[in-house]
Amino acid sequence: MTVQTTDVEGKVKAIIEPWKGKKGGLIPILQGVQHEFGFLQEDAMEIISRELRIPTAEVYGVATFYAQFHLKPRGRHIIRICRGTACHVRGSLKILERVKEILKIEENGTTEDLRFTLEPVACLGACGLAPVVMINDVTYGRLTPDGIKPILDKHE
Amino acid sequence: MALYRAHVLVCKGTGCTASGSGSVYDALKEELERRGLDKEVMLVETGCHGMCEMGPIVVVYPEGSFYCRVTPEDVPELVEEHLYKGRVLQRLLYTTPDEEKHRIPHYRDIPFYGKQRRIVLRNCGYINPDNIEEYIARDGYQALARALLEFSPEETLDIVKRSGLRGRGGAGFPTGKKWEFARMAPGDKKYIVCNADEGDPGAFMDRSVLEGDPHSVVEGMLIGAYVIGSDEGYIYCRAEYPLAIKRLVTAIQQAEEMGLIGDNIMGTDFSFHLHIKEGAGAFVCGEETALMASIEGKRGMPNPRPPFPANSGLWGKPTNINNVETWANIPQIILNGAEWFSSVGTETSKGTKIFALTGKVNNTGLVEAPMGMSLREVIFDIGGGIPNGKKFKAVQLGGPSGGCLPESMLDTPVDYESINATGAIMGSGGMVVTDEDTCIVDFAKFFLTFVQNESCGKCPFCRIGTRRMLEILERICEGKGKMEDLDLLEDLAQKVKDGSLCALGGTAPNPVLTTLKYFRDEYVAHTVDKKCPAKVCPALIQYTIDPAKCIGCTKCARQCPVNAISGEIKKPHLIDQDTCIKCGQCMAVCPVKAISVE
Repeated sequence: MTVQTTDVEGKVKAIIEPWKGKKGGLIPILQGVQHEFGFLQEDAMEIISRELRIPTAEVYGVATFYAQFHLKPRGRHIIRICRGTACHVRGSLKILERVKEILKIEENGTTEDLRFTLEPVACLGACGLAPVVMINDVTYGRLTPDGIKPILDKHE
Repeated sequence: MALYRAHVLVCKGTGCTASGSGSVYDALKEELERRGLDKEVMLVETGCHGMCEMGPIVVVYPEGSFYCRVTPEDVPELVEEHLYKGRVLQRLLYTTPDEEKHRIPHYRDIPFYGKQRRIVLRNCGYINPDNIEEYIARDGYQALARALLEFSPEETLDIVKRSGLRGRGGAGFPTGKKWEFARMAPGDKKYIVCNADEGDPGAFMDRSVLEGDPHSVVEGMLIGAYVIGSDEGYIYCRAEYPLAIKRLVTAIQQAEEMGLIGDNIMGTDFSFHLHIKEGAGAFVCGEETALMASIEGKRGMPNPRPPFPANSGLWGKPTNINNVETWANIPQIILNGAEWFSSVGTETSKGTKIFALTGKVNNTGLVEAPMGMSLREVIFDIGGGIPNGKKFKAVQLGGPSGGCLPESMLDTPVDYESINATGAIMGSGGMVVTDEDTCIVDFAKFFLTFVQNESCGKCPFCRIGTRRMLEILERICEGKGKMEDLDLLEDLAQKVKDGSLCALGGTAPNPVLTTLKYFRDEYVAHTVDKKCPAKVCPALIQYTIDPAKCIGCTKCARQCPVNAISGEIKKPHLIDQDTCIKCGQCMAVCPVKAISVE
């Protein structure tokens, strides 16, 4: 992925701007940058470090601590398979295995064509509908291993 | 104001939205307009009713008819029958899960709701959470007005103390006492925080309260801020709950417009500003010191206490943190009085507790029960028992670091002390029911995998000890366990408990300890007999085809993902045990039930 340096710099600075001189801005800034670019590039983190006057190691430390941040590009569609207790009891492992089998990727992996990224998550909070899978912002409940392929096929 | 003869309430909580309530809402809107009923029938979007399994849920008032699993295709008939002809549409009513299949016409007669006592959830499913006026119509912000105009901060604190309310986030610390510490702490700048980082898998009560009645939390926080002397607050909400965040943003904006948040609230000299902080995906941030580190923009790692947040919290200032459910209780307590609240519950645990009842139970959903109700009543009377005629095996209480209780413990009343005495914890109120098909060792392994993943890594016992415990459990599940392993597990569990700074490590071994205590037989079966009684652990089971029953239809062979099944058409097939990955797909597709698992 090639993005113009000036482009990144300008956009990242615009995201930082409202937080200048305020406390607790690092996480919202990282969220903003990831929202803009899809993942956290090295140079973006360096710009944040420079602008906020904190060590790059600290920015990197926070970025790697939280599950939400990604340092590599991700697929166009994010598949979040709930591996919470209620879903586990109702067979979410078999759904996860089926998706791995269909897409030929591992947990937290991305397909070569950048179509899908597979992320098992701890709980989506829709336990009443277990087992649950969320693709992008849409939640699919009461799933069976056989029911997952038609849903994946809907995403190009 | 326009008058309506009927109200149609469509649940737009996360569960129902996932089941398609959005398109049901659109279909209703279109159909009502098409029939010219839109001036006399009001369509309302509400929060969660708690019975997510039955979604999308539509309730029609004044009758209180509770329609389940409504689809857009059902809408023309529903409008025609109920709203045009005035006849309740029988086929969509709630049906009891027993053999008798009773259809229940009224919301309040459904057993799931009959035994509940709804204090925190009183507005969820009744009002439009995006409209502050509907909250106000249900006595909203009256408690704040009373506190500000009638009571001094001391008097307000006294009501909360006398009510006996204890923190609903897990530990059950008396809320009034916690407020008093923060109130007494020296300092002119103090913070109020709402912990909405509901990370426990299997718990979603905070989500439903935020989505269904966000103002109750905002009002609770305002009252808390008034008592403590704080002028600024944060709601720390996990990013996995986008709808809750959206509803909170709207709620805060509307409260600001009405002057309920801001400077000189209700003409007094009390001022308060409220911000939302989005979490970034770390379970440990539910721990209060880790949560504050995260608000400050740091890695969310816990810190030793003391100093307690009441003295040195957010940015070193006195801070009071309560969980969503705790805050939502506050307005009701101020409005109805301490005695009213403390009349519900047991000697030491007052009020109600919301449980997220999930897993192998007929009525999954949110249950608000008075403290002191027995587990059996919650699971069998409200939850409607175990589906498909299976037998109850265990209930996991209190999230991943809670405990697993067997049938013999089902008469335990739900209150903090009784639950703790069993080795489980109340936690946030997750209640996952399992039946005979769940392997207890695998279940314990599942929880340990979770806490091991989520351990922040600060304390060695939590970081490494849980990993070693997990390896032992994996060994047992693979049939390579030894009896000494069970003692080693117990020994390690105790050390992890003692050697960890925060509650995550301190409670992480609970699932292992309680299952060892109540289900030791199953551990022994795995280690000595090399058998998995629930037929779950792949290394200890075998799928076989009964040649007498097999009709040679080749369905199983075509289904098998690893081509482990061979055989000619119309002749008995055979599973190659070395290739088989024990996924069970063959058994599921066999039309004559010729495949069994041992």
